[in-house]
Amino acid sequence: MAGSNPATTTEYISHHLTNLVYGKLPAGYERSYNGNIELIEQPTWTLAQSADEVMAMGFWAVHVDSMLWSIGLGAIFAFLFFRAARKASTAVPSGWLNFAEMVVDFVDGTVKDTFHGRNKLIPPLALTIFVWIFLMNLMKLIPVDLVPTLLMYAGVNYQKIVPSTDPNVTLGLALGVFVLVLYYSIKIKGFGFARELAFTPFNHWAFIPLNLFMEVIGLLAKPFSLGLRLFGNMYAGEIIFILIAVMFGAMGAAGVFGGGLQVVLSGDVSQTALPMQSIALWAVGFVVVCTLCWLNLKGKLATKRMVWLVALTMLIIGGVFNLAGGIMQWGWAVFHILVITLQAFIFMVLSIVYLSLAHEDH
Amino acid sequence: MNINLTLFGQMLTLAFFVWFCMKFVWPAITTAMEERQQKISDGLDAADRAMRDLELAQDKATDQLKDAKQQSAAIVEQANKRAAQIVEEAKQSAIAESERIKAAAHAEIEQELARAKEELRSQVSRLALLGAEKVLGASIDEAANRDLVDNLAAQL
Repeated sequence: MAGSNPATTTEYISHHLTNLVYGKLPAGYERSYNGNIELIEQPTWTLAQSADEVMAMGFWAVHVDSMLWSIGLGAIFAFLFFRAARKASTAVPSGWLNFAEMVVDFVDGTVKDTFHGRNKLIPPLALTIFVWIFLMNLMKLIPVDLVPTLLMYAGVNYQKIVPSTDPNVTLGLALGVFVLVLYYSIKIKGFGFARELAFTPFNHWAFIPLNLFMEVIGLLAKPFSLGLRLFGNMYAGEIIFILIAVMFGAMGAAGVFGGGLQVVLSGDVSQTALPMQSIALWAVGFVVVCTLCWLNLKGKLATKRMVWLVALTMLIIGGVFNLAGGIMQWGWAVFHILVITLQAFIFMVLSIVYLSLAHEDH
Repeated sequence: MNINLTLFGQMLTLAFFVWFCMKFVWPAITTAMEERQQKISDGLDAADRAMRDLELAQDKATDQLKDAKQQSAAIVEQANKRAAQIVEEAKQSAIAESERIKAAAHAEIEQELARAKEELRSQVSRLALLGAEKVLGASIDEAANRDLVDNLAAQL
């Protein structure tokens, strides 16, 4: 369902695209909620209650959801691979270790294809980036409404569970790589790095300003293209998920059950494109539930069994009601299995390429 | 889509996880993998060597078996020859023994014969004297005719 809390589609979408932000409200900001207006006298660190407050916080804010999910996923990566590393020995590998070794071998092969020097940092960096970004992207396959809606019941207003749809996260990763690029450029090339910036592509002193201008832009374009590519892909995919959810709803089994409940109990068929079918669905559901209750009252059906059958009916009715949305969400998710893996891989390969360029002395 | 402190938070997080991976994950797994690769290739080499050793041992065993067969054949042949020789020798000695026994028997027979002849001769001479006495009706001077009769007896 599109949910009843965000009343309109626009609100629903912008709600889904707003992070949970903890930041500093500046002095003099007028905070309004529930019709009251509160004047902030001191600069205050607090959770933002609306998009306006997020704007007012500006730079001094942290996306709590992005940070928590990305740190949590990073911890899962670290834990899983640490466990594999603890188990790793010359004996016959099995289970998870097999898989971890497969991933390590794949990353190692990719690094060796691109980067020909010896470096203790780049292979583990590539592994971390690949698996971590893959896990962050993987969060997209969780139905878009599920976690935010559940957390809303728990009192958390905003929640974006896919860290890689947050440009701070992707640009943070890209800047991390960029810092390493600069470090290795200076470490390997020394003064040659400055000469490279000043004397390519036109090897004449008169062209130094032009060269510097072009090369610095080229250099800065690397982390931005790296971060924005991942962000753009993930963000666009997420929006498609949200749009499908706007039209059809996406909460997995719970949503299907809820949909059935909604159809049968309230006859709420407003959100479907095919009202006639929904009315028929409601009628069928209503008749089935009434029959079950009647059988139970007559003593021909145990109460426990009746409850199970009613629940099953809800699932079936909700499933039919949500069929189109379910199929579209599912189809897009299947397509996205490819996208999330590919984007993680591209980020890793480009990081390696940039770092290996930093090592090449001309 | 605000750029804020999250950017630096993410950079620090990345630095931490990369450090963790570099320190605790990557070396352990790659070292184990390399060692295992080494072990496997060593094992395969050892298996190849063992196969070659086995072939050599089989060849050697075949050769030894052939030698043994030849030797045993030679021994059997020798034994057969020896047996034949022994039989031959036994035959020869048996023949010789039989010849000896036969000769001894012959000699004895000859002796017996000679003795019988001697005895017969002596008896013949006595019988002849007795007969002559009967014929002549008188006693013959034994001593006088003794030579005559003995001569006669010797001529028998």
